Amino acid sequence: MMHARVAYAGAVHDAQPVVPLSDREGLRLADGRVVAADSVVWLPPFEVGTVIALGLNYADHAKELAFKHQEEPLVFLKGPGTLLGHRGVTRRPAGVTFMHYECELAVVIGRPGKNVARAHAWEHVAGYCIANDYAIRDYLENWYRPNLRVKNRDGGTVLGPWFVDAADVADPANLGLRTFVNGTLTQRGNTRDLIFDIPYLLAYLSSFMTLVPGDVILTGTPEGVINVMPGDVVSCEIDGLGRLVNTIAADEEFGR
Amino acid sequence: MLGGAGIFSIPFDVAPFRLSGTVYGALFNHRSVLAALGLAVNQPPYGAPPKAPVLFVKPPNTLAVSGSVVRIPPATPELEIGAAVGVVIGRTACRVSESSALDFVAGYLIVADVSIPHSSYHRPAVRFKARDGFCPLGPQVTARAAAPKTDALTIRTHVDGVLVQSASTADLIRPAARLLADVTDFMTLSPGDVLALGAAGPAPRARAGQIVTIDVDGLGRLSIPFLDAVA
Repeated sequence: MMHARVAYAGAVHDAQPVVPLSDREGLRLADGRVVAADSVVWLPPFEVGTVIALGLNYADHAKELAFKHQEEPLVFLKGPGTLLGHRGVTRRPAGVTFMHYECELAVVIGRPGKNVARAHAWEHVAGYCIANDYAIRDYLENWYRPNLRVKNRDGGTVLGPWFVDAADVADPANLGLRTFVNGTLTQRGNTRDLIFDIPYLLAYLSSFMTLVPGDVILTGTPEGVINVMPGDVVSCEIDGLGRLVNTIAADEEFGR
Repeated sequence: MLGGAGIFSIPFDVAPFRLSGTVYGALFNHRSVLAALGLAVNQPPYGAPPKAPVLFVKPPNTLAVSGSVVRIPPATPELEIGAAVGVVIGRTACRVSESSALDFVAGYLIVADVSIPHSSYHRPAVRFKARDGFCPLGPQVTARAAAPKTDALTIRTHVDGVLVQSASTADLIRPAARLLADVTDFMTLSPGDVLALGAAGPAPRARAGQIVTIDVDGLGRLSIPFLDAVA
């Protein structure tokens, strides 16, 4: 099953696609109404807990950024203020030179877990969605890098459009990822190339923190990140999870 | 958010002091911490002193009330305690000016940023800082109107009753209002969010069996017993 959370006519609704994998057709709200997908405001598709993100978790992207292989996952955390839904708008500050998207598989926890064994890791996964984890490289500093000014900006972490039940994703370790900027393919990868795979990440993270339902792991991005400018439409796709669309806007739209 | 863990007692759970569960801290915001690194701040992997506030996240699994036991992981002799004053946001703070920043603060509390000691600050220290129970805070939120001015508060840390650190918020590089202005320029803070203003260095350490208390005049006393992890 695929679920969205949308705001429509004064309330927040659980919604399902009338035509699977399409966000341009209709949505069926939990109360039975069928509405046009472009008449709703898309929210992150589940109640989001702790947001855990991975850096440099694809060999090609690590190489692209001239990093050598990590012995331990590069993990950073985000707060709730950075989250944004499908078809949202992300600000690019005036004067920055390199702001880029990152298409990532997001793994949503469904069962509490502490010291989860690798062999049992999948039992703790409720489902998946697409994440677009923006970064502004101009603000990188070498203190707790990537620092929050790069990675925890308002509207910089886009989730959706759907939460897809784990049962409906046959092989999360073999999903193609693609990003299009204004319709042109710019990023391509496959989750089979994760340096630290999903069971490893669940075992690693739960070795020091209790994971609870709603916590989400953004598993990192492959190579192919390019600069995006105001007006650009960025679409991130993952096999079986749909297409997450986001638009870049300039300071003026945010009253700056 | 916090209900599931069941770790919050009533002093936090009263509007407008109900915590959201989102806790941020500023790492190098007390002059003593960066000073302790000396010339290393200009050397690899850092290359230069920090320009923007260096922030970290203490996620909900770390939050604990006064008196909660902090468990010391196996093969870890001691833990570090970053004793700080935290502001509790009272209304949505986005791009606040330094002059109006404190109007967005509901109150203050003591925040203990507990960490496994680590010598490198190059990468986010999630494995060292985000462990269950590693952010005791409280013992209550003191309303801004009832709290002393935060520009010269003394934070006293005792280990088993012995004073091991006395630090003043007067030595913050960015005092509360300045820090809030810089942080909310790129990340909105919401009611109930906590921003810890920055602990002094060198951070006091505690071993299993010891009790750390942190006192701030007007904000009360946060008590933290340390024990070994249960096998």
